[in-house]
Amino acid sequence: MLPLELYDSLEPAWCPGCGNFPMLKAFKQALAELNLRPEEILLVSGIGQSSKFPHYLKCHTFNGIHGRSLPVATGVRLANPNLKVVITTGDGDQYGEGGNHLLAAFRRNPDITLVVHNNQVYALTKGQASPTSDQGFKSPIQPEGVPYPPLHALALAVAQDCSWVGRGFAGMPEHLKELYKQAISHRGFALLEVLQPCVSFNKVNTYQWYQARVYLVEEEPDYAPENELWAYQKAKEWGDRIPIGVLFKKPRPVLEEAFPALAAGPMAVWPLERPVAELLKDFY
Amino acid sequence: MPSDFNLLIGGAAGQGVHAITGPLAKSLVRHGLFVHVTQSYQSRIRGGHLYNLIRVSATPIYSPREGLDLLVALNQETVDLHLWELSKEGLLVFDADEVKTVPESLRSISLTGDTLLPDTKAAEIAINAGACGAILGLLGLPVAGLADLLAETFADKGEEVVQLNRLAASRGHELAIRQGIRVSLAGVSFPAEPRLLISGHEAMAIGALAGGLTFICGYPMTPWTSLFNAVSQRAARFGVVVEQTEDEIAAINMAVGASFAGARALTGTSGGGFCLMTEGVGLAAMTETPLVVVVASRPGPSTGLPTRTAQGDLNFVLNAGQDDFPRAVLAPGTPPQGYLLTAKALDLAERYQTPVFLLTDQYFADAQFTCSASDFPQVHPAREIQTGPAVGTYERYALTESGISPRRLPGFGPELVVADSDEHTPDGHLTEDLTVRVKMHRKRLAKLQGLARELGSLTITGSPEAPLVLLTWGSSFGPVAEARERLQQTGATLRLVHLAEIWPFPRKAVVQALTGAKKTVVVEANASGQLAGLLRRETGVVADHLILRYDGLPFTPEYILRELAGIA
Repeated sequence: MLPLELYDSLEPAWCPGCGNFPMLKAFKQALAELNLRPEEILLVSGIGQSSKFPHYLKCHTFNGIHGRSLPVATGVRLANPNLKVVITTGDGDQYGEGGNHLLAAFRRNPDITLVVHNNQVYALTKGQASPTSDQGFKSPIQPEGVPYPPLHALALAVAQDCSWVGRGFAGMPEHLKELYKQAISHRGFALLEVLQPCVSFNKVNTYQWYQARVYLVEEEPDYAPENELWAYQKAKEWGDRIPIGVLFKKPRPVLEEAFPALAAGPMAVWPLERPVAELLKDFY
Repeated sequence: MPSDFNLLIGGAAGQGVHAITGPLAKSLVRHGLFVHVTQSYQSRIRGGHLYNLIRVSATPIYSPREGLDLLVALNQETVDLHLWELSKEGLLVFDADEVKTVPESLRSISLTGDTLLPDTKAAEIAINAGACGAILGLLGLPVAGLADLLAETFADKGEEVVQLNRLAASRGHELAIRQGIRVSLAGVSFPAEPRLLISGHEAMAIGALAGGLTFICGYPMTPWTSLFNAVSQRAARFGVVVEQTEDEIAAINMAVGASFAGARALTGTSGGGFCLMTEGVGLAAMTETPLVVVVASRPGPSTGLPTRTAQGDLNFVLNAGQDDFPRAVLAPGTPPQGYLLTAKALDLAERYQTPVFLLTDQYFADAQFTCSASDFPQVHPAREIQTGPAVGTYERYALTESGISPRRLPGFGPELVVADSDEHTPDGHLTEDLTVRVKMHRKRLAKLQGLARELGSLTITGSPEAPLVLLTWGSSFGPVAEARERLQQTGATLRLVHLAEIWPFPRKAVVQALTGAKKTVVVEANASGQLAGLLRRETGVVADHLILRYDGLPFTPEYILRELAGIA
């Protein structure tokens, strides 16, 4: 195991009590236990409080624009399949702005870990509803409450054969750390959604609210994440009981294997010059 | 004898207009002729009206022209729409099963599926290959070369199809010869080396591959798609990773991600697709990630005319994205220039770590030009990436005089590479320190000075002292050049100034090229004179006249000469 100080970086600018703090700690512990050094991992993020995560953890970083982490990370994997790539994003960043890329990632199955910090609210912009806000959730823009139900992204993931689907809770960091380790070690696209209480803008879905509802899916008698229909039921379960743990697993060929050229290693070391006479042959 | 012969092949989509054009044009090039092919098509797969213009010449040509010497009609509509363009001595070759009304006075050759390939029920093959054979017969050329090309083209359809094509071609050839009509071109001589027939986008695809491309991604959209296709068809052979993305936003972000991790990356799009990409352009500039973006224009706004041509996106490409950042904008005028500029774009993007644009359009994308292999010199792409241990702590955005910070890649050593779309400190972390903001902004913009030193060469032809100047850019080069040549042949003196390296704007070179001009005429395919506006903004020079075209068709020398006559 590597020392945790190895990952020390800037002081986080999150609100005191934010669910991101235990997540950051659990994530560092997971990396340390996996013996992944800062220079072996690239964190990709977009825009939102969750996307500041890479600035608070020493590693390679690409902090891009709102909702676009998945295409950036996919491009990275296709240019250098040796890099361990993790995305830290949020419910607004990924499920809202970046929804189409999520659908494409389920199909592509790149070897990327997607961590969605789900606080069911837009915190960076101060309290508007997000795609996962519960029906009736009141915000400055929806004073009468959100009129429709939330997005069940994990159910979408199961329906589309996402190769690893899990959910964690920031209030159970030890359990979360194990999920991080599994998701990062999984070969293929792993979607890990983390219930992350927002202490400033979500006064409904608090630590206590989640604590009263979450249960460990692995403690369900005979639960098998390979069972697609069962996984789908668990992925849609939301309300009085919320399952956490590994919901679904389905081994599939990864995107990178579709490109034989990548067997030659990272593109940065490929020879660039191509004989023009050879290139022109088709045009005579 | 004429030195130049213009023919149009027209029909409905799906009738085989392109199937005829490909082998015919190639066989003409193999016979030592210069060929220029222009495509005109509608946004539909079946039906509608489409045509290809094949201009054939004994001397080099790089433009379409007006007027027809031969009309090949696969349907009645082609006759109805194009007969007026046919010259008095012109000829009509037509599918007699489809075309029922033909003026009696016209010289014509009638083809039918039954006479060309009796009892085969292969009427489409018969007419297509038969018409090709007939055209060669009319030009007094042998049919053997065409037969070889038909065999190459249809090899994957089986021996029977190949044989039927060959047979129909030779029957069409005989038929034309028997009719005794001959159109001979003066001065044709076989070249010492075989020539190429290549489109603008194909030449750019070759330029990208020669320039060290390793990654391309995009979303299909006309006319950009032809470049994407041309690279993708060669990807396995030359080791390029190709990914079709879910949308244009994904395309530009994926290209940025690949480039950040060490790819030589290119993406591209057209019209509305580029609207979607603009946020990603700023991302590349802010994170200082090398990126080449092809913008293949079509008339707009919005969906516009999907399959027609225009040069209406110059202002958009010059200004796409919030605030100021360094970029280069290149717009080739010929396939060899497209080849060189695409390779150069990859090189500039790599060294300046910023977006470089290649601006094209449907005309340039699809038009095929006859070129020599010597127009495509070998290029030698090189990486500009630091390896080995860093001195002190590595800073991705270290402040430098040139604005260029030494670039490292993630995963090649203990140095951490931190990139951010937020304003950031030299080590890549987001900041709200406003003095850092000013320094970083200045550092990025400093790259424009280096780019300006490496760009800005102009093409100047004609009489460099002449008081009349035709100023144009990008794909309009060919028609303007021919207009100048024709006018010069009548005794007039004039000069042509062509810009292919448009941004950073080559102020000094342009001012110098315009020295002594009494009348500056800007020729471009848009409605407002976007280059003329740029010229005024950057140099204070106000164009005396604008020759504009925005009906979706490319310029022709005749169009320019008519407009010039109105001015003079």
